[in-house]
Amino acid sequence: MNNSAKANKLVSMQDAIATYVSDNFSVAIEGFTGFICFAAGHEIIRQRRRNLTLIRMTPDLIYDQMIAAGTASKLIFSYMGNPGVGSLYCIRRAVEKAIPCPLELEEYSHYGLVGRYAAGASRLPFFALRSYIGSDMLAANPLIKLIDDPYGTGKIAVVPPLNPDVAILHAQRADAKGNTQLWGLLGMQKEIAFAAKHVIVVIEELVDESMIRADPNRTLIPGLIVDAVVHEPYGAHPSYVQGYYDRDNESYLAWDKLSQDHAAVLAWLDEWVYGLENHAAYVRKHGQAHFDKLKPEPLLAPSVDYGRHR
Amino acid sequence: MREVAYSDSEMMIAVAARVLKGARTVFVGVGLPNIACNLARHTVAPDLELIYESGVYGARPERLPLSIGDPTLVSGAVSVVSMADLFGLYLQRGLVEIALLGGAQIDRYGNLNTTVIGDYSKPKTRLPGSGGACEIAINAQRTFMIMRLKRRAFVDKLDFLTSPGHLTGGDSRARLGLPGGGPALVITDKAILTFDNPQREMQLSDLYPGVQAKDVQAEVGWPLRLAVTIGETAAPTTEELRLIRDEVDPQGMYR
Repeated sequence: MNNSAKANKLVSMQDAIATYVSDNFSVAIEGFTGFICFAAGHEIIRQRRRNLTLIRMTPDLIYDQMIAAGTASKLIFSYMGNPGVGSLYCIRRAVEKAIPCPLELEEYSHYGLVGRYAAGASRLPFFALRSYIGSDMLAANPLIKLIDDPYGTGKIAVVPPLNPDVAILHAQRADAKGNTQLWGLLGMQKEIAFAAKHVIVVIEELVDESMIRADPNRTLIPGLIVDAVVHEPYGAHPSYVQGYYDRDNESYLAWDKLSQDHAAVLAWLDEWVYGLENHAAYVRKHGQAHFDKLKPEPLLAPSVDYGRHR
Repeated sequence: MREVAYSDSEMMIAVAARVLKGARTVFVGVGLPNIACNLARHTVAPDLELIYESGVYGARPERLPLSIGDPTLVSGAVSVVSMADLFGLYLQRGLVEIALLGGAQIDRYGNLNTTVIGDYSKPKTRLPGSGGACEIAINAQRTFMIMRLKRRAFVDKLDFLTSPGHLTGGDSRARLGLPGGGPALVITDKAILTFDNPQREMQLSDLYPGVQAKDVQAEVGWPLRLAVTIGETAAPTTEELRLIRDEVDPQGMYR
């Protein structure tokens, strides 16, 4: 199925997940520290997907929650921490004690996983990088290999392409065709979008195509490779969206305490995921005032002149 | 007694800032290293630009970043790039002069473990893993470690080698073709350790005021080599303390 020519790809999160995320799929919800689509992760939990392979450089709270909920059997990652806070206890419970189920790990360094996305995006057989030589990571993951540089400079590490079944990416804005603009940390969202078989884009604001065309340098992902557009304000909460809302650090700190107990996590999932119909209900339960407090002061970039050439 | 009261963290921040003297680029994490870099910009390295693995070159954070991906690192930065560009064009290209790293375990050659305690396939404690540390340790021109001295951290043998230091010592790094120079310093809460010997083995170089060599050895899990002459590190100056307390960490998050 390829929806790329459709003029209007707007769907609900419920429909996007029901259509594009099936049991046993590999799923990448990317976004480095910010732009992490918790709304999509929660909907996957709600729809009780099982046996997923989850892919993210930094699993963050969202994969901690998804793994505690039993959606995943494998995790591909490069840094497993609660950023700036500490551990991810649900993932550690799965790895160390198989609670709620065993979790297979496939581990890279950041640049290694970056390379897998980049090779996947441009359909290359491998990505070469100066890393891993001398590290035990080579032995821990047989997919990372050392080869002889065919041009004779010695050994070089390579990683294979990664092409997830679906990538879910959060951004500030897109049009109904899925032409998506993002500013702030770019992470590897562009590459993972081009690498994936299907792409769901989740946005804070739906804009007209003319708005996209007025500033083409800001377009990270073209609608050409996007299957579904979900308009979900605050969909990245408690992570952040540059210029729209800051990280809800209280939530990250609270999760550090709460997540140390599996029963407390299950109770949290009941209250904040299973007990709510959708992300709009999550936003209502927090209350608008909660999000107003996370809004940063404005810091506008000056506009630029592209010139009109006719 | 210290003439002017200061904490171990303030001492580490002051020392970490001093060793950045004249540097143009530093690859930095959050917390104490971030404060040290900001202090260095006020004192010994006015042209210092901060590089974060999240894709930021030349960050000028207006608050202490909560993580290496904090939005305050973006606002006001020189450039924000994809992580492919950050690792490829900045790090692998050789533009990182100094990288600040830490870890759960370090050995005598400055190799770091941030992956597991215990066996990899059945870990006692699962740690975060590499992040960018493995390639940073390989490609940065020099690496400085910032770690508190503890016997369980300064170990005779790592449980897992995540990020290569001087590997098995001597020229073992160069023989494997690693581009960067590897570990140059370990900044601790009691002393400065260096690798300035042909074996590239960690050695005690400078003691902080009031610290004895035996206090350092007590927290290190192998017989620690001593430099030919051991110096004494100066305590933080009143100006360094003022800058730390009033300018770079006014909320006192890392004191």
